[in-house]
Amino acid sequence: MLKNITLGQYFPGDSLIHRLDPRTKLLATIALIAIVFVSKGFCGFLLIAAFILACAASTGIHLKFLIKGLKPIFFIIVFTFVLNLFFQTGGEELVHIWIIRITDEGLRMASFMAVRLILLVVSSQLLTLTTSPISLTDGLETLFRPLQVIHFPAHEIAMMMSIALRFIPTLMDEADKIMKAQKARGANFETGSVVARAKAMVPLLVPLFVGAFRRAEELALAMDARCYRGGAGRTRMKQLKYQTIDLLAALAIAALLAAVILLNRFGPF
Amino acid sequence: MNKPIIEARNVSFQYEGAQSPAVNDVSLSVAQGEFVAVLGRNGSGKSTFAKLLNALQLPTSGELIVNGIKAVTEDDCYEVRKSCGMVFQNPDNQIVTTIVEEDCAFGLENLGTPPEEIRRRVDEALESVGMSDYALASPSMLSGGQKQRIAVAGVLAMRPKIIVFDESTAMLDPIGRRDVFGIARRLNLEERITVVWITHFMEEAALADRVVVMDGGKIALEGTPREVFSRTEQVLELGLDVPEMMKLSRQLRDKGLSLPEGLMTVEEMAVELCRLK
Repeated sequence: MLKNITLGQYFPGDSLIHRLDPRTKLLATIALIAIVFVSKGFCGFLLIAAFILACAASTGIHLKFLIKGLKPIFFIIVFTFVLNLFFQTGGEELVHIWIIRITDEGLRMASFMAVRLILLVVSSQLLTLTTSPISLTDGLETLFRPLQVIHFPAHEIAMMMSIALRFIPTLMDEADKIMKAQKARGANFETGSVVARAKAMVPLLVPLFVGAFRRAEELALAMDARCYRGGAGRTRMKQLKYQTIDLLAALAIAALLAAVILLNRFGPF
Repeated sequence: MNKPIIEARNVSFQYEGAQSPAVNDVSLSVAQGEFVAVLGRNGSGKSTFAKLLNALQLPTSGELIVNGIKAVTEDDCYEVRKSCGMVFQNPDNQIVTTIVEEDCAFGLENLGTPPEEIRRRVDEALESVGMSDYALASPSMLSGGQKQRIAVAGVLAMRPKIIVFDESTAMLDPIGRRDVFGIARRLNLEERITVVWITHFMEEAALADRVVVMDGGKIALEGTPREVFSRTEQVLELGLDVPEMMKLSRQLRDKGLSLPEGLMTVEEMAVELCRLK
């Protein structure tokens, strides 16, 4: 059962966006986030939302996956909304009950902030849904490579990330096995107070950690045996290459930015 | 006899803080294209010897020359590892990446091979171990035997002259074991890759060109499988077993059947038994 967990939330596919270079997607996502901040009105937001939805539709990813990603920050969105609603006091008064005053300016600000948050999350969702963790890692490594001049360990970080990804299912399996072994000897993981359950995890975590260290040592030896000497002088089988679609994506993002700036100035709302 | 590709002269190795050396005054020469099985009970020093061959450890004394290189500096070690690949025991702990073909490419990437060349050699290596269909699979979805075949492919892609298998079949089911051993044997016969096969399984050792039995860090017995396993008492004393057919033929001889010495495989036994009629 543990073998079937998905890593991250990658949604395999073969759409244009899936096929974009991971670097393009990373940079485009950063640009998209910046554009969300550039936008000063709902008009701009509407356009950005339309852009994101069009992208999502082209990937064949169901809308519910995008919405699912909002769940963890639902509380933050509501909190931001309420806070802005009650504490923005400028503008015309709409409701006044006891000490609570809601103004039209407050309502506008609150919705503006909430929509901004939603757009930020959804645009980064689009990246993680369409890019496998391993190509994300590759993309990050290549993007950060220039920083190696100032001794930023780009290769090491990417290697650590990919090894972590590689060992998640293995360690999950091991945790499952240890749990079964402990259960067979009468351990109880399911019932009791929170403290009792937390304590019950100790005999699970200790062997898991010991096992992980042993694995790490063996893996290091195996990497040595295959001539691993760090990032210097290393080549890659799969070279990342920018293609025409990457250029198109860049143009689309640039067009979106231009449109949002124009809407800021001339938009009706 | 071909020229030796591994030449050990009075090699000893002691782990830091250990009471006695793990490998003690071992002299052994392995010819190019030979298939040598190394046997020995746990702690006999056979795995340490394997690590010396791959320059993962350097001898504390003595001289070890692998493919004409005596490893002293770090660069020497690197050269030795290029020509002497190693497949470890635990299939899970030697696969580095999340995609099968990327793992096969790992060694070549480390060597700085051009991308097109890596692509070609990885495809070749996967083909050779019969795992081409799984090139894009995730290793965590594969069986132990399949993972070991990937590990072999990863080493093979580097085109080594020697491959050391350090109990590579110990954690596999019988089918996986047969597959991996079969691949090693075929690489040895067809590609003339020298194989050092460290194992606990007598049936595998019986199929080697030569058997070396280690005990207490020293070489206790050495010879063709037939020579070694014929000395049943001595082999048992060293904490090892002899192949089932050797035991059977011994018992049958005790019962008065006239069987020749040195029967090791089921096929040989069948032939001899049919001849008795």
